[in-house]
Amino acid sequence: MPNSALIDALATFLPVHRLLRQAAELAPYESDALTAFRSRPGAVVLAETQEEVVRVVELCHRHSVPFVARGSGTSLSGGSLPVAGGVVIALNRLNRIVHLDPQRRIAVVEPGVINLDVTKAAAPHGLYYAPDPSSQLICTIGGNVAFNSGGAHCLKYGMTANHVLGIKAVLPDGAVVQLGGDSLESVGPDLAGFFVGSEGLFGIALEITVRLLPRPELYRTVLAAYHSLAAAGDAVAQVVASGLLPGAMEIMDNLAIQAAEAAVHAGYPRDAAALLIVELEGERVQVEAEFAHLLQVVEASGPYEVRVAKDDADRARIWKGRKSAFSAVGRLSPDYIVQDGVVPRSRLGEALAAIQRLSAQHGLRVANVFHAGDGNLHPLILYSGRTPGELERAETLAGEILNLCIELGGSITGEHGVGVEKRAYMPAMFNPVDLAVMNELRLAIDPKELANRGKMLPDGDAPSLTHPGIHPLEQQGVISRA
Amino acid sequence: MQHAIPVDELGVQGRFMAEAVDACVHCGFCLATCPTYKVLGEEMDSPRGRIILMKEALEGSIDLAGALPYVDRCLGCMACVTACPSGVAYSHLLTPFRTLAELQRRRAPMNQVARTLVKETLPYPERFRAAVQAGRLGQLTRRLLPAELQGMLRMLPATLPPAAPLPEVYPAQGPQRARVALLAGCVQQVLAPEINWATLRVLARNGVETVIPRGQGCCGSLSLHIGEAEQAQMLARRNLAAFPTDVDAIVTNAAGCGSGMHEYPLLFAGEADLPQAQAFSHLVRDITVFLAELGLAPPDGLPEPITVAYHDACHLAHAQGVTAPPRQLLSAIPNLRLVEIPEGELCCGSAGTYNLEQPELAAQIGERKARNILSTGAQAIATGNIGCMTQIRTHLAALGRPLPVWHTIELLDAAYN
Ligand SMILES: Cc1cc2nc3c(=O)[nH]c(=O)nc-3n(C[C@H](O)[C@H](O)[C@H](O)COP(=O)(O)OP(=O)(O)OC[C@H]3O[C@@H](n4cnc5c(N)ncnc54)[C@H](O)[C@@H]3O)c2cc1C
Ligand code: SF4
Ligand code: SF4
Repeated sequence: MPNSALIDALATFLPVHRLLRQAAELAPYESDALTAFRSRPGAVVLAETQEEVVRVVELCHRHSVPFVARGSGTSLSGGSLPVAGGVVIALNRLNRIVHLDPQRRIAVVEPGVINLDVTKAAAPHGLYYAPDPSSQLICTIGGNVAFNSGGAHCLKYGMTANHVLGIKAVLPDGAVVQLGGDSLESVGPDLAGFFVGSEGLFGIALEITVRLLPRPELYRTVLAAYHSLAAAGDAVAQVVASGLLPGAMEIMDNLAIQAAEAAVHAGYPRDAAALLIVELEGERVQVEAEFAHLLQVVEASGPYEVRVAKDDADRARIWKGRKSAFSAVGRLSPDYIVQDGVVPRSRLGEALAAIQRLSAQHGLRVANVFHAGDGNLHPLILYSGRTPGELERAETLAGEILNLCIELGGSITGEHGVGVEKRAYMPAMFNPVDLAVMNELRLAIDPKELANRGKMLPDGDAPSLTHPGIHPLEQQGVISRA
Repeated sequence: MQHAIPVDELGVQGRFMAEAVDACVHCGFCLATCPTYKVLGEEMDSPRGRIILMKEALEGSIDLAGALPYVDRCLGCMACVTACPSGVAYSHLLTPFRTLAELQRRRAPMNQVARTLVKETLPYPERFRAAVQAGRLGQLTRRLLPAELQGMLRMLPATLPPAAPLPEVYPAQGPQRARVALLAGCVQQVLAPEINWATLRVLARNGVETVIPRGQGCCGSLSLHIGEAEQAQMLARRNLAAFPTDVDAIVTNAAGCGSGMHEYPLLFAGEADLPQAQAFSHLVRDITVFLAELGLAPPDGLPEPITVAYHDACHLAHAQGVTAPPRQLLSAIPNLRLVEIPEGELCCGSAGTYNLEQPELAAQIGERKARNILSTGAQAIATGNIGCMTQIRTHLAALGRPLPVWHTIELLDAAYN
């Protein structure tokens, strides 16, 4: 049960339709895009101003009640999963673009601004915001900052961290700080960088200063279809070896192709075992020159079909298919787990073959759609929660895939964050000293562990990798499964 | 998404509802195009939130009364269906849910009066006509009326166009290329009879003979969308009986009716009328789809150059997936320059009876649409639904910029001289 003194205090300045307490108001906030976990908050605050966010955080701190910031709830790792009985601070109404300076190519935005809306606002000035998560039409800049989100074009331009210059944030005790500034040349430690990717553990971003880039003059988008997933993986290595730096390099396997085609009719070759999308972009002269070279390299990699996007509409369709792929897999299976492992680019083919083997072993279908250029895999493990035991098998398989990534010298998350879901795998990535330092940092900033409690950092008793079954929070009765 | 909906207790519709919930992966992609989410910024008023609420209400874990305000605020615009990569058939959840809810809910007495008025009036052209005449008298006293009724009265036009009865057959000009049956519609027939006449002339000009079956009536979609399934079935049966099936198409110029008639199979799922309903709905075409498929006879053009913004009626774009044909037809008109409206996927806020049931929200959504339209610099608006036409006119006028709003077919009609 939520703390009634806190609720009373909140009610002094929040009208009842912005301090949600009824079951029907809370139910829609119970989970994010990882529906395997849900948990009912004690209250949801629909904040409308930065001052309100600060007051809510202060009060939570005073009453020692944990809180979770929430953007659009598209986290795939349970990042915006509420703490049972805690407070959810929904930031969607804090969606003003405070300032946009085309000369200096920066924008200052509130955290609830939607990623794509930054680009829309910048477009009249010939500028855009580069990080493009597939969820960009709805995910918020606040969520992007918390997860250091990436996207197809982060191959060339880097993740969110490379585009955030400054952050005004409220710390878990209610203090408001300015981290970083409004230019790349900052003085002192890169504290904005420190905040990016901290998964909400260090407080809530209130205002974010982002870099804008000039819109590329020309795009050239190539689709190549292969008879095997490994061949597509090898093609990526060959493109990289050729010295070209495409804006994006993505791979989809047959299951993902089928799903995306059904969803958006992108015009992909339906029978391909794997599809490689490579996009060059930049200044016209350079792109034209590189394009000929790229075609040679791709042709030499053994595709059975190569297609080039005819025009802007065709290019948009190709990307729409790719960006819809995760959700579209919902057409193939009632439930799935999206994994987010990273492997060195040179070992892509090997990793994909191993995943296929594991999939066969566990008798569960795995769809693959991923940022190949970054070696960032997204295996989607399809299961039905209705069939007893399948969720557990899917989780075991997911765990084995993550272990595989670590063994190959990679990582357990490329861009979706650790959240609740991969917390138990942190000890496999980091040694106890690394983890202890992270924990000390966290406790220095948030001794009461109020901000996003239960996310990212493992508890002392985090289960080892051999026990991925029941989640620690589940054992404690903090969360339950749908 | 997992659920524990008691499918067996809910009959055939239960399966449809459960399938929609099953298919939702909670990704949130639909939020971006949901007008109520855009305006209110809260999860309960988003498609994803409503799916959760309906699921929980069906499961019994929250009570219906708690969920209903949010479900009631849904426009039924189906923008979320277009946006959803996972193929969630949201209407298969919403429509039966509303019917179920209607059986259980207790409405405030005045709200009930307004609903009954809507339900017993709008689907019947004669009654609607009479109500409009009476309603004008009522405007004098409207300040005394509750909000729901005020909303209704505000929508009514000051004068009604004369109603010349439609012929039973309207012959093709020149060699006959096709033969179709026309749904005359109910509300539109009263508010804008000229749209049907324009339709008949354009079809004739394109070598199409049109029959207007006697005995036809309202398509029933209005009733269906406010949860009055029984009345909807009754109205639909009347049309199944009245319309011939030996025609090339059953044509409608009202997007709402088109989408309603495409839903006949859902309405009769598991019932004896199903095969007939399926045969019927296979023949249903929006007028723009029919003309685009047939191949439009080249229009002569408009007397003067004009810039026109095309507004996608939700029941055309989202419920039926029709976006290209109307644009293709309009683009074929010499002297007409077509422009796109920013946030074009957003509903105008008219949505059947929404204007009447959620006046405040409808007004906010309507104003947003009007501002987006004005930002294009268009001189006129074309669209495919009478409800949108009325709503857009109202909100352009409120901003002091009463641009002309036409049905797509009226512009085509004007382009053949
Ligand atoms: C179909 C689909 C495709 C996706 N594709 C990609 C992809 O290509 N690349 C990628 O990187 N991710 C992707 N994601 C994951 C997700 O969209 C991103 O993690 C995104 O950044 C989350 O944004 P959000 O607004 O939904 O945040 P939420 O899910 O609401 O929150 C995410 C985390 O951020 C915290 N948070 C939110 N706002 C703030 C704030 N102002 N200050 C501090 N912490 C905050 C929350 O507490 C939570 O821990 C995808 C998700 C889906 C469903
Ligand atoms: S887009 Fe579809 S799958 Fe995603 S939340 Fe909306 S309805 Fe569910
Ligand atoms: S039908 Fe329209 S208003 Fe209703 S949930 Fe879908 S997008 Fe929103």
